[in-house]
Amino acid sequence: MPEHNEPAYDPLQPGEGEAIAPTGQGGPMDLALDEAESLEKTLGDDSTGPGPGPQEKPRSLWSDAWHQLRRNPVFIISSLMILFLVIISIWPQLIASGDPLQCDLSKSQQGSSPGHPFGYDTQGCDVYTRTVYGARASITVGVCATLGAAFLGSLLGGLAGFFGGWGDALLSRVADIFFGIPVVLGGLVFLSVVTSTTVWPVVGFIVLLGWPQIARIGRGSVITAKQNDYVQAARALGAGNSRMMLRHVAPNAIAPVIVVATIALGTYIALEATLSFLGVGLRPPTVSWGIDISNAASQIRNAPHMLLWPAGALSLTVLAFIMLGDAVRDALDPKLR
Amino acid sequence: MLLEVRDLHVEFKTRDGVARAVNGVNYSVAEGETLAVLGESGSGKSVTAQAVMGILDMPPGRIAGGEILFKGKDLLRMKEEERRRIRGAEMAMIFQDALSSLNPVLSVGAQLGEMYEVHRGMSRKDAKGKAVELMDRVKIPAAKERVGDYPHQFSGGMRQRIMIAMALALEPSLIIADEPTTALDVTVQAQVMDLLAELQRELNMGLILITHDLGVVADVADKIAVMYAGRIVEAAPVHEIYKAPAHPYTRGLLDSIPRLDQKGQELYAIKGLPPNLLAIPPGCAFNPRCPMAQAVCRTDVPPLYRVTESPVERTSACHFWKECLHG
Repeated sequence: MPEHNEPAYDPLQPGEGEAIAPTGQGGPMDLALDEAESLEKTLGDDSTGPGPGPQEKPRSLWSDAWHQLRRNPVFIISSLMILFLVIISIWPQLIASGDPLQCDLSKSQQGSSPGHPFGYDTQGCDVYTRTVYGARASITVGVCATLGAAFLGSLLGGLAGFFGGWGDALLSRVADIFFGIPVVLGGLVFLSVVTSTTVWPVVGFIVLLGWPQIARIGRGSVITAKQNDYVQAARALGAGNSRMMLRHVAPNAIAPVIVVATIALGTYIALEATLSFLGVGLRPPTVSWGIDISNAASQIRNAPHMLLWPAGALSLTVLAFIMLGDAVRDALDPKLR
Repeated sequence: MLLEVRDLHVEFKTRDGVARAVNGVNYSVAEGETLAVLGESGSGKSVTAQAVMGILDMPPGRIAGGEILFKGKDLLRMKEEERRRIRGAEMAMIFQDALSSLNPVLSVGAQLGEMYEVHRGMSRKDAKGKAVELMDRVKIPAAKERVGDYPHQFSGGMRQRIMIAMALALEPSLIIADEPTTALDVTVQAQVMDLLAELQRELNMGLILITHDLGVVADVADKIAVMYAGRIVEAAPVHEIYKAPAHPYTRGLLDSIPRLDQKGQELYAIKGLPPNLLAIPPGCAFNPRCPMAQAVCRTDVPPLYRVTESPVERTSACHFWKECLHG
């Protein structure tokens, strides 16, 4: 059977299909193959042959996401709002000249007046000043709790997902236990025994309840990333566990964690307000929207302005972070759109 | 001998029982030699390669027996750390799908350079210079400009070249290429194979080429091992096997190649399906599909018969190899 000696591709000479020689287009096959290379490249390069121009910056996943974000109005609006909130939580004096704790009982529950646009609360404190100063507590709790939960969750979840085995099983069950704790009930129980007036017990409690969610997401995405051929390939080329984890698995698994954490930030701020409203979160003299809403709730028919301003600020803040999370998700995971 | 696999057995624990993926495989590769391992999907050719590389997923996989001698030392008895130093530096692997085998978030330069960082402790900057050299070596045009590009910016053939560059980075003495051209179209296949063969000659490496494409094998391989149901059913020098196969399965594979002079006729296919690895048929595993099967094939597992002794050894695991060879 001499026919079998003929390889199927014999008549095709090497060097024709792909553009090995820098002479430009090799044929229709070439076009089809290089379709994936970005349009921008082929546009300007017709005269200079294949390959990117010297100044062209290659686009990584992250720069691609950033490019996408910059053109998303939701991202621009939400990040401007967040920037504003961060600035006033660091320097509230910039837009509020008064002192949130300097109150004048004689002005109790008065409406707006020149210099005091939001009016006064029951204690005669300026609602505008208190609303501005309240941002600090919310932002601090939101950011710190998110950082804590994201760090703890992605570390534990990532390790569990990467190594699997009994450690994974144990961690998953522990996470289930924390999932089972009702947030408000748990907050009432745990935080009612705390006497500190700082934000840290609240941050700690939110981290304690928040990490399992991040750990689950992180574990899942590490397991997905771990099964990719390139992780196997890295192993075949002699990479050790730590290198595989940090360079090959982590960068490919982090996107969902970032998305979930950004959205969670908004809900953590709302959770802080809820706990403060119930009297177990932040305590006076800390200025917090939750505390102000709680105080105003009973007076809603006499002086609705006391409630509306801090509640509106809280809603806008939570909205801003959730919008940001949405925009980030769209940029990092185009498939979800 | 560079690599000798002796009586290798690999099993996988599954919910339905133990799947015996590799049942006593023997093969060897010398420096500068190319061994083509042929077989259908599920015949155990990739699993054998993964066992040699030490990247088998264990569990559920398990090496149930045998030896893998690399330069005379048994890899299966080595410590994991020792094996890791060999992987990539002394033996390397090229995967089938270059797009999924390259990390999408790292530039190709970073991934090529990683080889030097891991094994040679080079700085990131020196490693990048080496990466450009490597890309030149596998004939990627404008290597210097493209070293910072990401895998998705390359065409399929170029990506496979990068995989080859990665495997060759430290000039290993053994390369395992697991269907390196399956994901490419025919013209590019030929170029990639030529490149691989050229580099192999240059560096005098042993090459194990895993494929199910007989066309690719014909002009690059020195010898062929045909696998079926986790066993090597025929091993022979490449030209002998094309001239006269000594196993009905090999014959079936050769007859399945579409031929230009039979235009319009129905294409030949081996009847039936590859066996379920959880329940390999008794006797010869190929007997339910074999046109030459007799009663003895259903009861007795055929040993490896020696077809010729010299100059090159040729073996067949068929009771009726003589009839097959001459029929």
